[in-house]
Order: sequence, then C-alpha cells, then structure tokens
Amino acid sequence: MIVSKRKPVEEVLAMLEGVKKVAIVGCHECALACKVGGDDEVAEWKQLLESKGYQVTATAMPTESCLNFHVRKAAKELLKGQPEAILSLACGSGVQTVAQNVKNIPVYPGSNTMFIGQVERVGHFNEMCRMCGDCVLGQTGAICPVTKCAKSLVNGPCGGAKNGKCEVNPENDCAWIMIYKKLEAMGQLDKLAVDIEDKDYDGKSWPRSVEVK
Amino acid sequence: MSVLEQALESGVFGITAEMAPPKGYDFTEEMKVAECLKGIVHGVNVTDMQSASLKASSLGFCIALKQHGLEPIIQMTGRDRSRMAIMGDMLSAAAFGIDTMLALTGDHTTVGDCKASKPVFDLDSVGILKMLSKMEATGKDCGGNELTSTPHFYKGAAVTPVYEPIFLQINKLKKKVDAGAKYVQTQGIFTVEALETFMDQVAKANIKVHVMAGIIPLKAAGMAKYMNANVPGIAVPDDQIEKLAAAAAEGKEKGVKGLPMQAGIEMAANLCREIKERKLCDGIHLMTIGAEKNIPTILEKAGIAI
Repeated sequence: MIVSKRKPVEEVLAMLEGVKKVAIVGCHECALACKVGGDDEVAEWKQLLESKGYQVTATAMPTESCLNFHVRKAAKELLKGQPEAILSLACGSGVQTVAQNVKNIPVYPGSNTMFIGQVERVGHFNEMCRMCGDCVLGQTGAICPVTKCAKSLVNGPCGGAKNGKCEVNPENDCAWIMIYKKLEAMGQLDKLAVDIEDKDYDGKSWPRSVEVK
Repeated sequence: MSVLEQALESGVFGITAEMAPPKGYDFTEEMKVAECLKGIVHGVNVTDMQSASLKASSLGFCIALKQHGLEPIIQMTGRDRSRMAIMGDMLSAAAFGIDTMLALTGDHTTVGDCKASKPVFDLDSVGILKMLSKMEATGKDCGGNELTSTPHFYKGAAVTPVYEPIFLQINKLKKKVDAGAKYVQTQGIFTVEALETFMDQVAKANIKVHVMAGIIPLKAAGMAKYMNANVPGIAVPDDQIEKLAAAAAEGKEKGVKGLPMQAGIEMAANLCREIKERKLCDGIHLMTIGAEKNIPTILEKAGIAI
C-alpha cells in the first residue's frame, strides 16, 4: 500500500488562507489504513476547520481516491456546495486524481506521501519497495536491497554494518546481512555470486504509463 | 604507467599515503605537508569527501599534487555522481596525468555534514570499476558512444577485513576484482593476526589481487576507543589502548607532550615492519588522518622504502 503521513495543521491552514468554503475528500484504501484520510480523519478535519471558522460544504469518501471513475462520482458530491477549495487526505496520486475531476477548484494535500510499504502491525508501516522497475527479489531471498539498503547497493554490503545494523540508521538491519542469512537458510548462497546488473535508467523517465490489455 | 602499478606488478612492496583536501580552496598548507611524501611513497591517495563531509574535490587536489611532483591516486565515489559525472571526472583526471584510482561506493550523506544533499549512488564501487573497465576495453563511453581518446587507469578498491559474516566481504571483493580492481586497500588493521585471518580468506576464495594493509597510526587512547565504538570494521586491541594511556600518563608526569602519538607511531611502524618482513601482503596504505608529517618517521622506523 501507499503509506502517507499527516501534514502539520499549520501548513494545511496556510494553503487554505483566504477561502471560507472548503470540501474534504478522503480515501477508503491506503489513506484510511494510514489513519490520515479515513472516515475518522475526514470528520476530524471537518471539526477542526469549522472551529477555525471555515464552512465545510461537503465531504466525500471514494473507495479509492486514485481511481478515476470512483473520483468522478465523488467529485459531483464535492462540488455541490460550491467550495472555494478542496482538501484531499489521499496520497499524491489521489490528490491529483481529485484535482483532474473538479475543474479549476484548487485541491490541497492534507498529507505527505511517503513510500510503498507493508503494515507490520496496526499503525506501524515499513518501506518495502522503491519501484525500481527491475525486480531483483528472486536473487536476494525476497529481501529488497534497493529499498532495504540505504545506498541501494546491488553487489553486496558496504563495510559499514556494525553488529548487523546499518551505519546510516542503526535502527535498521543491514539489508545484505539479512539477505545472506535468508539465502543461507534456504541453501541458496550461490545466488550471491551472480552479478545483479546496475540499474538501467533508459526508458524510465517519469511520468511513466503502463497499458494492460 | 602508474607508479603504484609498476611497484605492485613487479613485486615491490607498495606504499601509499592518504591525504584529505581542505574545506576550502587554499591548498598551500597541504602541499607543504605533501612535500615530505615525495620519493617515499608510490602514491598519495586523495579522499573524496570522506565521511560525506564537504571538502574540495579529490580531482582538484590530485591535480595540485601532480603539479607539485607527487603521484596522486584519485578516489572516486558514487555518492555524489551519476555514471556520466564519474566518467567525465575520470577523463579530466587522465588529462592531467592521473593514472591510478580507487573506486568506492562512498559514505552516505546522512552521516556527513551536508545532510540535505541528494545521495546519488547511481553506481557502487563494483559498478564504477565495471564501467571503467568496459570503457578501457571498448574505447566507448557509458552510453556506448566512441571516445576520441581513451585513458587507462590502475584501478583499486577497498575492503573491510574485520567483518561478520566475512563471506559477504569476500564475495564482494571477488566482484570488485572481477570488475577490474588490481589492488585493494583494507580498512585499518591493528594486528598481524587480523591481517593473516583476512589473507587466508582471500587465498581460500582464490582471489588474485594485491592487498595493501590499511594502517591507522593511533594518536591517543581516546581516539582508539572512539574508533572501536563508532567506526565499523575497526578493532583496536586493549593492549594497544593501554600503551597509549600509559604514554599519556607518563607524559603528564614528566610534563612532556606528544608521548601517546609517539607510542602510536612506534606501534604502526612495528606493524608495518612485521607485515613486510613476513610478506603477509603486498603493501601498506597509511591513513594518518591529518598527521601526514609523521609518515617519513613511521617508514624510517619500519625500515621500509620504495
């Protein structure tokens, strides 16, 4: 899922300066799980904005804020009260999808989009994938060196691990020591001898599109 | 031909020193210090913003050393450069007669002093070596386009000999050598036993590379303790820390300064001598961390000359 974090209230209020009528839109998928844009958070923002003197003209909760056809329906609800601005609590993709569906009403983000991650337990998220477009998990015991190594090293560790921990952030385990242990346990240490190609950025300039037929 | 290459490839015990450019553009002091290295080392290895702390670039400092009649070894990290920038810098280095290099991944920006800088890491040490080897073999740049002239470098890499699991360091060392590294300098080692254990591993893995033992002359007990606690791969034994502490106590009692540094010089010189006499590896790399002026003394005491 896409993991996001709430923006500071002051930053959001600064974006909304000068307007009175605001609509709020959440997202029933990732943003809900991250506790930044579910029903509770939409209600919370509504209460907060009203306490600051804003008129909240509508709220909407599309199943997925990044799905164009879901957002199209939600947009109709959002625009009913003629808001001067819309606060989206979804990820960056959701904010932009909403913006594309509400003509020229400004849409402001209520959160910062962080990473693709796992929910280790409720309220705790770990980054798992940096979307490099060349998955190497088959060679690395299903532990991603591009994401789990702070330098995204594909040829093995730097010399910087101390007691198995990363020198960049000692709270993190060294990706390559984890990979080594996993491959050893699976009897696949020979995979470490195989070179992983350096990332090829040719054809990877963003924004990218994928067509599935 | 690279001076270090001539030495190592002909079986001469290699000696290199390390210098760091200043945090500024005036190299006067550093060049004065570098004078003392003339004729006693095979190369001066210039750090590329070590510990990710901003300094003048390795390339510029190497050019200055060359102009002062020394043999620079350019360190090239992938932290701040894409593959294009690395290749461009290496072409420029060659234009100034720099023919020896050390490929490193580089410390991460978050451990340095310009933490907001973007960590690039387009290529790691292995990737840098591969790219340069391919360039040398094909006469083409990193995009496959013809170069008008193609330099050749004597290429090296670094290794952490005290590491758990050592399998990973040996595995990566093999990749570095396969990618074109002809010599490798180790993280600082402090005992012959640590070096011997590592050399056994290199031999077992059948890796053919010239190993230069990294020597860090200790300056004080506090420095050794700090490195043990904070620098990965560093393991200064207790008896050496005790010698430094005893030297400090003696100095305090007699009112003499500099005794711990002298003790550090003695220990480093003894280690160098034993490494050479017992032919434990192919050379030494002296990392004096700002005390390059001590290098002639260390080499003299060790009885080692180029």
